[in-house]
Amino acid sequence: MELREYQLTNGLDVIAECNPRAYSTALAFFVNTGARDETPDVAGVSHFLEHMTFKGTPRRSAEDVNRELDELGSHSNAYTSEEQTVYYATVLPEYQDATLDLLADIMRPSLRQEDFEMEKSVILEEILKYEDQPPFGAHEKCMAAFFGDHPLGNNILGTTESVSALTAEAMTEYFRQRYSPGNMTLVATGNVDFDSLVRAAENHCGTWPEIKTQRTVTRAMGHAHCEVLQKDNAMQQYTVLISAGPAAEDEDRHAGRVLATIFGDDTGSRLYWDLVDNGLCEYAGTAPYEFQGTGIFMSFLCCTPDRFEANLDLVRAAQARIGQNGITADELELAKNKLSSQLVRQSERPSNRIFSVGNAWLQRRSYQTVKQRLAALQAVDLEAVHRVLEKHPLHACTTVAVGP
Amino acid sequence: MTQAIHHHQFDNGLILLGESMGWLESAAFAIQLPAGHALDPVDRLGTANFACDMVQRGCGPRDSRQFVEDLDRLGTDRSASVSAVHTSFGATMLADNLESALRIYADLVRQPHLPENQIEDGRMVCLQEVAAAEDDLVHRTMVRLRHRHYGAPWGRTPHGTFESVEQITLDNVARHVSSNFHPNGTILSVAGKIDWDQLVNVVGNLFSDWQPQSEPPLRTSNAEGGYEFIPYESNQTQIGVAFPCVPYSHPDYFQARGAVGILSDGMSSRLFTEVREKRGLCYTVHASCHSLREQGSVLCYAATSTENSQQTLDVLLAELMRLPQGVEPTELDRLKTRIKSSLILQQESSASRCLSMAGDWYHLGRILNPEELSRIIDGLSCESINAFLAANPPQTFTVVTLGEKELEVAHGTS
Repeated sequence: MELREYQLTNGLDVIAECNPRAYSTALAFFVNTGARDETPDVAGVSHFLEHMTFKGTPRRSAEDVNRELDELGSHSNAYTSEEQTVYYATVLPEYQDATLDLLADIMRPSLRQEDFEMEKSVILEEILKYEDQPPFGAHEKCMAAFFGDHPLGNNILGTTESVSALTAEAMTEYFRQRYSPGNMTLVATGNVDFDSLVRAAENHCGTWPEIKTQRTVTRAMGHAHCEVLQKDNAMQQYTVLISAGPAAEDEDRHAGRVLATIFGDDTGSRLYWDLVDNGLCEYAGTAPYEFQGTGIFMSFLCCTPDRFEANLDLVRAAQARIGQNGITADELELAKNKLSSQLVRQSERPSNRIFSVGNAWLQRRSYQTVKQRLAALQAVDLEAVHRVLEKHPLHACTTVAVGP
Repeated sequence: MTQAIHHHQFDNGLILLGESMGWLESAAFAIQLPAGHALDPVDRLGTANFACDMVQRGCGPRDSRQFVEDLDRLGTDRSASVSAVHTSFGATMLADNLESALRIYADLVRQPHLPENQIEDGRMVCLQEVAAAEDDLVHRTMVRLRHRHYGAPWGRTPHGTFESVEQITLDNVARHVSSNFHPNGTILSVAGKIDWDQLVNVVGNLFSDWQPQSEPPLRTSNAEGGYEFIPYESNQTQIGVAFPCVPYSHPDYFQARGAVGILSDGMSSRLFTEVREKRGLCYTVHASCHSLREQGSVLCYAATSTENSQQTLDVLLAELMRLPQGVEPTELDRLKTRIKSSLILQQESSASRCLSMAGDWYHLGRILNPEELSRIIDGLSCESINAFLAANPPQTFTVVTLGEKELEVAHGTS
């Protein structure tokens, strides 16, 4: 596998991890924009815009876009996170050019008023859907409480009020600022014809005007907070806990991932043995999230309401124990084994690999082969994990619970 | 694509399936035991699910903790589940660890400890699952839909109820395992970087002296059909619709699959276009073929605000009723490309190939290799699908809605 890179004169990066043995080609536009780049008056615009890009361009109607994606036999979708909006498609290699033609075209959407109003109803339905689903907003509320005024606390979907009030003009202006080629990266993985990819990128994206845009990255200060919200017709109690962790650019991020595995992996972790194996919780787990400038550890519990306080005490005891006594060499080896196997298995599919490659490029402008990532993981030692624990104690967390 | 698909039946009835995918580093296996929840005693619903938890609490030389740690050390990504007909275990790992993982799972199915001192832990896990399923409105709706459409036991949930799980004893669990974990009726499917001859030897050593047993007759079901409204205070109304269709083993199955694909596969499919894109009625809407061995159906789902719910159900049913008016060549061409592309992309995943093979074997008694499937897809035409739809139009709908307002069902329910 080989990484190849190229930059258009307007600033668009083109990067590809080429694997001629792959059955498929994955293509994606990574836009360096998300909820953290929104001001309160346009809350939810990044995600709404992600929907609107599928609603047509000067060359294509919305129906054309959907129809062509299917004609290519593509497995395609898009998502918006706190700091990225990503449009991706996995296709057979013979469809690389046609897929790029389509993906590049929808990166310059028409944003027509009538489509805007229709799609607004779909977004409002999406907001309602998540409000009806466990953990009933606990995730967003905990992010908001932990980050306080920091923009990483912004809700990705926005609210019914903010999305209802959003105008097509405000979205167009946001698009103009944030979808500048210098703020986007075209990423390809799998069976990629790189020369053809560059030619097509020049052809389809070369005329996009460059606009200076940036993100102010500040390190967030976590706010300790505890809140219990009432939802009478829920059967279970859902709890989200967030504490600080290594950021995307911190070398300690590998140790952070190992720590999260030891503390709260789905199986065989400390939370698993303390809370899941014995049936005290339906689910208990911890995962690391790395953003530019800031990282977090997020834990999630689901249990019967009568066990809620006792379970929370057990989580706090587990946090305190790992903070005081650290981890063992055996736990370290086990966690490294699990993560290494996971990494190799996930890397088999270009459709998975594209997120890893694109994400690293956006967050750090760097590329690591699977081998390099495995080596970085294997290099994590007890000292590194203990350093993370000292710097980012798990017990210093924000807690939000929702339930009856 | 060069296929290397194999099967072997051991003298005790165990079926071993294998696909060698030398370009991968991983291997995946799935063991499907004929121990589904359809066998649960009616006063002990949830027994198969309870047993599925308990057999993972130590087996062979390992206690509960060693079982998990050994599998974690092998870097396995694991699954365990119970359907009406099967209790299934699966794992994906680096191919070098396949044999060691199979050894542990052989102990799990043949020598589980079922530790008495962990029966209450196991019960708590099962009760938590019953409670969590109550908060999952999509799951609740679709479980009720399957229950009304197929009747018991096929349409039941594996979890049982709070009351039934409280009644289950260690003896019930042990009896379920000893009576229903046997080689006859069990499928072990393996895909990835494997050597078939070596695999047959390894599996033979682990399983060939496992004794077959008689299989209990399965009970027939008594479907209710009709419309059921579940009142619930929520933002959205959940809508489930089912109607009878041919099962996977039927010669016309791929005609039905073609019709449902045109209805729901991809962003240019009819449901997505008519319900979401043109009318903005909802975020989620889809339909899919669902198959038991001798009975098939199409299951449809949509979720929408209370305000839009009646219109969403009406448009959804209207699209189902419109199907027999015929499918268009352009729709079919897109669908063929999508399905064939998926078949090739499956070659990148050992886990998905191993599940596909196990499913084929259960329903057909053989494996449809990707080339054969590709030929079947090429053979579909508008004429053949339309002829199928004329003979089998969507009708006798079973409908379940959950939300604040009861809906009116415009077309005939069963």
